[in-house]
Amino acid sequence: MARVTPTPVEGERPIAGAPSRAVRKTNVRRLLVSLGRHLLLIAVAVVFMGPFYWMLISGLKTMDEIFATPIVWWPKHLQWSNIGDVLNYPGFPFLHYLWNSTFYSGSVTVGALFSCSAAGYAFARLRFPGRDLLFGIALATLMVPFIVIFIPTYVLFKNLHMIGSYLPLILPSFVAGKVGTSGLFIFMLRQFFMGLPWELTEAAKVDGAGEWRIFWQIMLPLVRSALIVVAIFSFVWTWQEFLGPLIYLPDASQYPLTLGLFAFRAQRTTDWPLLMAAASLTTVPLVVLFFLTQKYFVKGITMTGLKG
Amino acid sequence: MAVMAQPMKRRRWSVMRRREAIAGYLFILPWLIGLIVFTAYPILATVYFSFTDYNIIQPPHWVGLSNYTTMFTADTDFWNGVGNSLYYALISVPLGLAFSLGLALVLNLRARGVGVYRALFYLPALAPSIVATVVFLMLLDPQNGLVNVLLRAVGLPAPGWFEDPSWSKPALIILSLWGAGTAALIFLAGLQEIPQALIEAATIDGAGAWSRFWNVTLPLLSPVVLFNLVMGVIWSFQVFDQAITVGGTTGDPLGSTLMFMVMIYNNAFRYFSMGYASALSVVLVLAILVVTAVIFRTSRLWVFYEGQQRDA
Repeated sequence: MARVTPTPVEGERPIAGAPSRAVRKTNVRRLLVSLGRHLLLIAVAVVFMGPFYWMLISGLKTMDEIFATPIVWWPKHLQWSNIGDVLNYPGFPFLHYLWNSTFYSGSVTVGALFSCSAAGYAFARLRFPGRDLLFGIALATLMVPFIVIFIPTYVLFKNLHMIGSYLPLILPSFVAGKVGTSGLFIFMLRQFFMGLPWELTEAAKVDGAGEWRIFWQIMLPLVRSALIVVAIFSFVWTWQEFLGPLIYLPDASQYPLTLGLFAFRAQRTTDWPLLMAAASLTTVPLVVLFFLTQKYFVKGITMTGLKG
Repeated sequence: MAVMAQPMKRRRWSVMRRREAIAGYLFILPWLIGLIVFTAYPILATVYFSFTDYNIIQPPHWVGLSNYTTMFTADTDFWNGVGNSLYYALISVPLGLAFSLGLALVLNLRARGVGVYRALFYLPALAPSIVATVVFLMLLDPQNGLVNVLLRAVGLPAPGWFEDPSWSKPALIILSLWGAGTAALIFLAGLQEIPQALIEAATIDGAGAWSRFWNVTLPLLSPVVLFNLVMGVIWSFQVFDQAITVGGTTGDPLGSTLMFMVMIYNNAFRYFSMGYASALSVVLVLAILVVTAVIFRTSRLWVFYEGQQRDA
């Protein structure tokens, strides 16, 4: 065909400034693919986050709006008073439960950090007979199901008259005895300790430092990020615990948030707005923690999976 | 002089080594105590209790195998619990694996802002089990829950979910899928370990998307699949919080949600038959062990560790 101006042919080097048809086509395709990916992500996110959103928004609805048709996606007035109602509801002393949960999770975390870092350090950097066998046992405890230990443990604490307090729930973490999680933390910390240079230890020993000082003043600070990961997971998993508190805490005033919500539901089965508000309040602390420490979460999960 | 130096050096070395070994034992002492008191002793005690009649108030009283025989022959709840737990485990685990792998694949698409999506997908896993259960109780309310309203709007049947004995377990399974975020992130980490070069090589060789997935991605991901599979099995056999919130201690409706773990709880803390509950625990643990062993045995056929040659 006769053309006045030369047009680039497919594949030829384009005239300066004008992209060839091939490049244009690829750009369009790339844009469509990217758009498609985003749409897919959004679609899955909507379905997956749907229940979460529904919980949060239902906590701010009135009783009629909860099951109204047509569906109330956003209530006319956000019932912030529901939150007040939950906080003031005598059967769900939220702040009290919040304190219980925080105390419980915090104590367990301290215990885990203490016992698991000591064990992880020893398995990583100290030599003693039977070390590898013992580490193998520590790993094996990861797979021990809770059911096989919980009855005799209950009996033990009953005989020690500790039922009805948080002691049975907290003490095991101070001796790295929480089946399933302690072994994981020991493993993780050992990995990190093994990554530290040996020259540090040697230099410290030349300076006359004892093992404890080396551990406490040199090694621990260097594995800070691992300690944070352990702390976060220990805190979150303990916050979510249900069966442990259920069997050891008969008195409602000692309930952590999870048990409190369970009992709250038993009393107000169909008061959905209040229930959803309570549920949201139970979850929000964890969500806040998550957003503050996101990268540590990802790091921790990555390590769990890859080494598993 | 040289002869004198040798023995001194050896002596100093062994003193240092001994000090290090003592330090080692001291450092693991808390863990050792925990291991004996909270792991080893309880395991042995559970086995012992399973052969006794023990109601906590009086000392245990040996009854041999009678707990086990009662379990298999005289306890109506037992077989119900076994059936429910098997149903739940056999369906929720593969489904959960597929679901979380799917989530991970979607997250692995290189799109901008994927970090935001990753956070969103993980958030539901943060919610404590009670919270998730309560939310789904509302969502799956047979008369007014959002799910049924939507189903009816498109003309589909609206099942009774947690109030219908035939739908209560599927409802529990759907609930379990909501927590797939953790497994998804583990899969994602595994996916990101796969060298892009391999995928590109496959593409150059003409492999389509499915073929790339099946022949390159999945085999390289198989150790992670194994891990999630084993963890999923162990967890699903012990499901408790959701079951007891939804169906109470009797597994309403009509015992359809009576999971094995709830049964153990009932016997231990409501009927105070610690001996019988221990026997049930032993049975459950053996079941978990057997299933896990089978999984590991067969894993040799399908798990592909880097560096190994696989037969074509």
